[in-house]
Amino acid sequence: MAKAPKSLNRFYLLLGLGAGLGVVALAYLVLRPKAISIPANVTVLAGDTTGFRGYVLGSDSAPVEITEYADFECPACAEFALVQWPSIRDRLIETGQLRWRYRDWPIDELHSNARIAAHAAACANDQGKYWEMHDALFGGQAGWTRKRTAASIIRGYARSLALNLEEYDACMQSAMYAGRIQASHDEGSKLGVGSTPTFLIDGRLYPGVLPSDSVRKLVDRLTAAATTPPK
Amino acid sequence: MRWRMGTAMLSLAGLFVSAYLYLYKAGYIGALACGTGGCETVQLSAQSSFLGLDVALIGVAGYSALLAVSLAGLQPRFADARWPAVVLALLSGGAVAFTLYLKYLELFVIHAICRWCVVSAVLIAVIFVLSVLELRRVRQAE
Repeated sequence: MAKAPKSLNRFYLLLGLGAGLGVVALAYLVLRPKAISIPANVTVLAGDTTGFRGYVLGSDSAPVEITEYADFECPACAEFALVQWPSIRDRLIETGQLRWRYRDWPIDELHSNARIAAHAAACANDQGKYWEMHDALFGGQAGWTRKRTAASIIRGYARSLALNLEEYDACMQSAMYAGRIQASHDEGSKLGVGSTPTFLIDGRLYPGVLPSDSVRKLVDRLTAAATTPPK
Repeated sequence: MRWRMGTAMLSLAGLFVSAYLYLYKAGYIGALACGTGGCETVQLSAQSSFLGLDVALIGVAGYSALLAVSLAGLQPRFADARWPAVVLALLSGGAVAFTLYLKYLELFVIHAICRWCVVSAVLIAVIFVLSVLELRRVRQAE
């Protein structure tokens, strides 16, 4: 067998070195921790919940209030948000019959990006665009769920919503609302929430996707009960 | 031989650039080192797929093929063989045409420039030039 010339051996050595360096660099990029991390099970401080009891949409004088416990990465929550929610918002909330309260209940065991999404919504809320981010997160859920790039994809939503990205980035990096998300989760768990979405209506929990028609019937019944004088 | 060494080296570099972009798209890398944010816009656009295949993955396959042909062409028994030069020129020529199409999409459809895609475009253009030089060398040797 002919011996390879010296220059070829040197070339193979260089190529091997380049390949090794490239593999190490890619392995580092894949294995390094995600830049943005919203910790779970943090100690909730009083300041985390002062003046905050969820994200509210609707009139203060609406006769009925529904609290939704949801996880932005849960497919059933997205189904509810995309199919039922628009009708509930247009027909009941915007007409003053219903007030909606959204509370985070991230399921960490199944959804590694749920807290990142919940935190992104909280940061959008700082700039007055909570519900716009809520709609963007559920509408684009298939694009960011289970992905390590979720934070950067969601940042794209922040850009589309014309949020101040400098403020948004600072908010995300600081994980300043981790305690608020945890408090919301703890409150739901204490009430008996065990899955998402779950709705708290007139002191009773309704787990699973609620059709908008059922919500309307419940609201009608509760409104009638509230306005009928006791016999 | 030196042209084939050049195409092999540059193909390896292109392979890592494509793999980096593909790993990002597949969700294994948190954020791209890009600076302007154009990389994310391009990689997450509808145009980042071609005929159902991820463009970055097409890059991985293409650069792997170029690297394989370059390395095969470096074997002493193929030192003056014409086929590695022809295959390299055809592959890199096709890749240059595809890259021009992608640049058009970046500039006029997506309206964003991905720096890593520019790096890949420069690499493939140089590989094509080296392949043509290698083809000329082989012809002259014949």
